[in-house]
Amino acid sequence: MFGLIPFFRSTIGKKVLMAVSGFFLFAFCVEHVTGALLFLRGPDAINGYGRLLHYSAALIWFFRAGLLTSAVVHVTFATLLYFQEFGARPVGYQNRRYLRSSYAARTMKYSGPFLLGFVIFHLAHLTWGYNVVPGPFIEGDIYANMLNGFRTGWVALVYLGAVSLLGLHLLHGAHSMFESLGLRHRRIESLLFGFARVATVVISVGLALAPAAVFFRIIGG
Amino acid sequence: MSESLRNDGRVWVPLRAGDQRPPGQIPEAERDYYLERRYPSFGNLVPRDVASRAAKAVCDENRGVGPGGRGVFLDFSDVISRQGEAVVRERYGNLFDMYERITAENPYKVPMRIYPAVHYTMGGLWVDYNLMSTIPGLFVLGEANFSDHGANRLGASALMQGLADGYFIIPYTIGSYLAGSKPGSGSADQPEFDAAKAQVRERASRLLARRGRRSATSFHRELGKLLWENCGMARTAAGLKQALARIPELREQFWREVMVPGSQEELNQSLETAGRVGDFLEFAELLCRDALTREESCGGHFRQEYQTPDGEARRDDARFAHVAVWEHRGDGAEPLRHTEPLSFENVHLAQRSYK
Amino acid sequence: MNLVLMVWRQENARAQGHMQRIEAKDVSPDMSFLEMLDVVNEGLTEAGQSPIAFDHDCREGICGSCGVVINGVPHGPQPGTTTCQLHMRHFRDGQVIVIEPFRARAFPVIRDLMVDRSAFDRVIAAGGFITSPTGSAPDGNAMLVSKHAADTAMEAAACIGCGACVAACPNASAMLFVGAKVSHLGLLPQGQPERWSRVHAMVAAMDAEGFGGCTNFLECAAVCPKNVSSDFIGRLNRDLIGAVFLARPRVASNDAG
Repeated sequence: MFGLIPFFRSTIGKKVLMAVSGFFLFAFCVEHVTGALLFLRGPDAINGYGRLLHYSAALIWFFRAGLLTSAVVHVTFATLLYFQEFGARPVGYQNRRYLRSSYAARTMKYSGPFLLGFVIFHLAHLTWGYNVVPGPFIEGDIYANMLNGFRTGWVALVYLGAVSLLGLHLLHGAHSMFESLGLRHRRIESLLFGFARVATVVISVGLALAPAAVFFRIIGG
Repeated sequence: MSESLRNDGRVWVPLRAGDQRPPGQIPEAERDYYLERRYPSFGNLVPRDVASRAAKAVCDENRGVGPGGRGVFLDFSDVISRQGEAVVRERYGNLFDMYERITAENPYKVPMRIYPAVHYTMGGLWVDYNLMSTIPGLFVLGEANFSDHGANRLGASALMQGLADGYFIIPYTIGSYLAGSKPGSGSADQPEFDAAKAQVRERASRLLARRGRRSATSFHRELGKLLWENCGMARTAAGLKQALARIPELREQFWREVMVPGSQEELNQSLETAGRVGDFLEFAELLCRDALTREESCGGHFRQEYQTPDGEARRDDARFAHVAVWEHRGDGAEPLRHTEPLSFENVHLAQRSYK
Repeated sequence: MNLVLMVWRQENARAQGHMQRIEAKDVSPDMSFLEMLDVVNEGLTEAGQSPIAFDHDCREGICGSCGVVINGVPHGPQPGTTTCQLHMRHFRDGQVIVIEPFRARAFPVIRDLMVDRSAFDRVIAAGGFITSPTGSAPDGNAMLVSKHAADTAMEAAACIGCGACVAACPNASAMLFVGAKVSHLGLLPQGQPERWSRVHAMVAAMDAEGFGGCTNFLECAAVCPKNVSSDFIGRLNRDLIGAVFLARPRVASNDAG
């Protein structure tokens, strides 16, 4: 064998790391939809869910560490690959036409950094409780904090914009991660593309419901 | 197009000279499947030299099809109706696609139009039984050597010879050469290198002198036409002599008047072309000389003086049952003809008949 | 028909390039794209200007020499067609045609539309070989190959190494080319002894040449003149993952055993 270090130094190995870390982040998104949807059922549901997550400090820090590692790996290797790709074509085309690639695929390198920025804002807003949005932060009352935040128009719009970008990112990422691992064949292509589309709709619509409901005053109006 | 297409296609032209109707409107009774008519037992599968000459003959009778009248139909409608389009696609799909790209006609629907053209040639560099050339250590593989194609080039065999030489021969013959030689330590500062470099520079400078106004391509075209007319599918002593008189003139004119833009200090494709045309002007003369010397008809080499009463090639095995190899003896010097007799132990030479 | 060509002109690798406007008059729709360029070049030569340098060889679509970017697409608008097999009937009278060289760091421009694709040769040299038996010649059918393996290997072997995949990829990645080359030998019994070391060596060579990574855009397969499938990229990924565990050093040590 030639070892894991040279493998992860190769372009393909870096893409495998992107795929694996992306898969964990994707799995977290799926889990996160559950929480966001509980907001629609009222304060007891979502605050109870929050208490459940905090049931064991060891467990939550285990998951947080995994998530943080995935995020760090994903961002680090995305940056490395970005510079490699940037350098791979120093002189561009005067005229360029794309035949097959999707808009989502070509904008991964832009949607990614925006999402990173949003994640930091989102953590500051609802986890760390920094005063990034108007109104007070109440420790443990997830429902109230969400409601407070989304009542401010620009905050809800930032959330809605971010979930749209997330959808764009996932539309490509949710099949690309399998393909980078070698799961690419004409027989499963439509399956993977279908999976990515369904996942995108479920995740982005699921996450958009809470801020949208508050923004349009369906909840807390 | 590949000769393999004749395995299933039927070749025909209109019976009547000057018939301009599209193929679909020519009824069966007014078609001449001339290969099937002339060669009932082999039909469309006659060797390419015979098929080529027959195509030329019907076009010379003003029965050729398509613009310019240099073409015959290769029709797949029978095999398609008999075996289905899928079978034909599996066999020849890539060739049909290629044809459609070139002509914008769908050969599944309309017969192909074909005509013989210069493609590969018979002959090549002389090699020994192990595929080594006259230069020790220089092995010549595939179509570049003379070994597999004599009087007739076998159909659809370019890849086959590459595979045969590369996979079945060279791994078993190069070893004995390598075993007998030590790795050398050549370096580029030997006088031979300087001499070769100076020679190439001098030749390039002569080409770049820009004395005239004619491009190398125009010389190439004129030479090509001359050979096509006089050293093509049908040759005569008179035509070959005429070509042998004209080629040296053309060569002299080339070196006097060719116009090559650019310099030799950078990549220069015009110079590259001119260098090749310079070589062609020498090699063309050798081709004609060889064709004139071989006073018989044999395979692709058809001398009109040597044919049977029904127009087929007539060999002269008493005088020409040999392979001829020409030795280059320097620029301007007459090349020397060597022969290697052909001996047949199991299958003996006979007059071919495809009737 | 008459056309307006916007052609990339560049004296040599170091020179600054620019687009030049050249009119192509009386072009026959039956000409191939390269024949059209030949005619333009003949005109430029006669007018005392330097002709456009472009690569070409067999003009039958099987050698992989030709290839330029035509109106933003490598090998032009016809799918599954090399530049030499593209005919002018696919363009309109009066159309402006932008012609650029294949762009990638690994493919430096030599002159005008010619680029140096020897990076591909080095990738091939890194692993495009098999261990061949010597001694007596092998029997024709001593090595059995399944129809599926033969067909799939043939599909991979259809790659002519033209570089259009690299030119089309937004990342200038060579994964389709390398995938085809790795698979073509890796699928056949003759290619098994080096299967894992081959993929390792070819990927290392690919990375050393400065190609970008694969982001699964699939522009490569869309422009491939031989329709090489992106399935071979998947196979390349799988083989490299396999090689992590199965590759052996290229040269065996002298130790016994």
